[in-house]
Amino acid sequence: MELTTLWFIAIAVLFTGYFILEGFDFGVGILLPVLGRDNRERRAMINTVGPVWDGNEVWIITAGGAMFAAFPHWYASLFSGFYLLLFAILVGLIIRGVAFEYRGKGDTDRWRRGWDRCLFIGSAIPAFTWGVVVANLVRGVPLDANFDYTGSIWGLLGPYALLGGLTTLLLFTTHGAYFLHLRTTGDLSGRARALGLRLGAVTAVPALAFLIWTQVAFGDGVTLALIVIAVLALVAGLALDYTGRGGWAFAATALTIALASAALFAALWPNVLPSTGDAANSLTHANAAATDKTLGIMTWAAAVFLPIVLLYQGWTYWVFRQRVIVERIPVA
Amino acid sequence: MRDWGDMDVLDLARLQFGVTTVYHFLFVPVTIGLSLLVAILQTLWRATAKTAYLRATKFWGKLFLINVAMGIVTGIVQEFQFGMNWSAYSRFVGDVFGAPLAFEALVAFFLESTFIGLWIFGWDRLKPGLHLMCIWLVAFGSMASAYFILAANAFMQNPVGYQVNETAGRAELTDFGAVLSNPVALAAFPHTVFAAWLTAGTIVIAVSGYHFMHERDLDVHRPAMRLGILTTLVGGLGLVLSGDALGKVMTATQPMKMAAAEALYQTTYNAPFSVLTIGSLDGRTGTPVIEIPGLLSYLATGSFNGEVQGINDLNSQYNALYGPGDYVPYIPLTYWSFRLMIGFGMLAVAMAVIVWWSTRRGRMPRHRLFWPVAMWMAATPFLANTAGWLFTEMGRQPWVVFSLFQTSAAVSPRVGTPTVVISLVGFTLVYLVLAVIALKLFFKFAKAGPPDAEGAMSTSSPSDDPEKPMAFAY
Repeated sequence: MELTTLWFIAIAVLFTGYFILEGFDFGVGILLPVLGRDNRERRAMINTVGPVWDGNEVWIITAGGAMFAAFPHWYASLFSGFYLLLFAILVGLIIRGVAFEYRGKGDTDRWRRGWDRCLFIGSAIPAFTWGVVVANLVRGVPLDANFDYTGSIWGLLGPYALLGGLTTLLLFTTHGAYFLHLRTTGDLSGRARALGLRLGAVTAVPALAFLIWTQVAFGDGVTLALIVIAVLALVAGLALDYTGRGGWAFAATALTIALASAALFAALWPNVLPSTGDAANSLTHANAAATDKTLGIMTWAAAVFLPIVLLYQGWTYWVFRQRVIVERIPVA
Repeated sequence: MRDWGDMDVLDLARLQFGVTTVYHFLFVPVTIGLSLLVAILQTLWRATAKTAYLRATKFWGKLFLINVAMGIVTGIVQEFQFGMNWSAYSRFVGDVFGAPLAFEALVAFFLESTFIGLWIFGWDRLKPGLHLMCIWLVAFGSMASAYFILAANAFMQNPVGYQVNETAGRAELTDFGAVLSNPVALAAFPHTVFAAWLTAGTIVIAVSGYHFMHERDLDVHRPAMRLGILTTLVGGLGLVLSGDALGKVMTATQPMKMAAAEALYQTTYNAPFSVLTIGSLDGRTGTPVIEIPGLLSYLATGSFNGEVQGINDLNSQYNALYGPGDYVPYIPLTYWSFRLMIGFGMLAVAMAVIVWWSTRRGRMPRHRLFWPVAMWMAATPFLANTAGWLFTEMGRQPWVVFSLFQTSAAVSPRVGTPTVVISLVGFTLVYLVLAVIALKLFFKFAKAGPPDAEGAMSTSSPSDDPEKPMAFAY
């Protein structure tokens, strides 16, 4: 396999891993004001992701760094072109990260309410905006001969992109609801289950529309297969949640996210950022790439370190596998 | 100076990089230094079983976490903004510069972020030895992280291990080993880590000093104070040695920066170092008030009679080498930031010596201003760190990659002024609000002091009881 192909897949894997992992902690943040009836319930919800959200977030930092190294033009065009979208994501991630750490360090209701709001906003903005980013990536944007985006922010907010944003927002929220169904107990878990069911059904509408649009406009045989299984997994998640199997429902939405993300990257291939104007200005895995020398070094590094990262991150999830029990949260 | 209103995208992007980077680096050295100190305190607890060390671990762990949260979230901005504001730069250097950033995330940041979660929530879930390993991995990860970032920055100061591909219009990697063993990185890494120790040590002195003043929990704060003083002194000594090495590397690789540090216009043998100058800000017509003969020559070359090239000669050389232009950095800034870096660093060390002398063998300083002054001195390492980075980055101008690529060509060509203004104002406002909150929290928990013995113990024993609530280290 060519190194540029391998690294296209690696970038897709890093983004997909990010969406699966941070997807559920975004979901938990978004559901905080909906499911958390009092401070203890909200504390319990936050504790389900407390030990892992930071590690999850490193997936996007690695994806960004890997994109910079492996496809400098892709990184440069995407980040400068989608500037304000990324700015919105950054502000979201900033207030959210601080909220996780600072919420428990004050004792007034007002203090906690404020951080709860930050957790909600800081989760909802990136959950929506990542969908907008990826949809624009697949659809393409006007690029000049230097591969720089020539449009404005409004050009990134077309119907396909907004539909993509709505899809990730709802999908991540459903993913988070199933996660809470799995990771909490009693009443809270039951409400997460019931809400997950409704959310899953609502998500199906934009998700189906978005994926069909993707298939019709940009798809091929491979994307079709991926999209069909992604949709089946979403439906399976609903059924599993309904029957009370929170863990399997969560696995199902993880699969939905993985396959939908794979389908989007497959639809993008062999481009990495298509030009909607002159096709000669499209960025592809070949013309956006770094040298084979750099890609070779990166391949060795990834081959050695990614398995180690997966091992210790997996171990973290094992250490904190026990459900979080609301009644055990101090009342304070 | 031009008016603020005249700023173009380049100026705004530079201002944004300055604001976000200086801000980020307020938290980085504290993270590097305090993670190590917390790891040492927890190790002392494991080794001696003294509750005082556990209480100190919990106390400093909490203050460490207040800082870490800020360091993490502001770090993501750093990675993203190369692409956002500096796309032309990213295209030019990506093949060389991207790899250290990717390594940083893959090797160091994953480690740091994952094990910090395990450390925070793992007090009663992990075996004590394993839990202790977590904080050591965090400390190690933060240092490894610094190395990769400094290797990337060193390429901007002294590009190595590359060749320029004219057709592709970019620098391409030829030797990754050379990029990672860049002499600038090898000198800047210890300098940065020692600065981090100085910073963390000074904070420990200040916070412990507050409790000395109120004579509370001295069994916890006295050992911490000793550790803080030791860390500050080791950091200070290390800074002198590594700074000396860095100065010589800088003279060899970026002689203009060394000349700009002293505002030395004419090539001079036995060049003096002026501690203070009155007169014009750029030193052209200034009168040195205090001057140390031969010191600049020594800093630059290792000999008091060594030749230090002057700004004017270097500028003519660069005109011949790189084409007509002005290759002189903004001298008032380089001259004063260099002095302030050294001066504030020395103040921090002096304070540590005085506190050590005044508290030796159980003595308590009685002057009512002693501790307040010592506490205020905690600001000095931050000022020194900021001045040091301003000097390093401004002294490289007009280059973004020395001798290869100018800053004016590095900015994103299609990003408009309103876009950069929005993000500049947005980041600045968010950062200001968060700075106030972080400082308030830091002071609140610093003043509150360590948990009592019972509180510290209750959440630090491993338990297999699945019904037991998670420990709250948050």
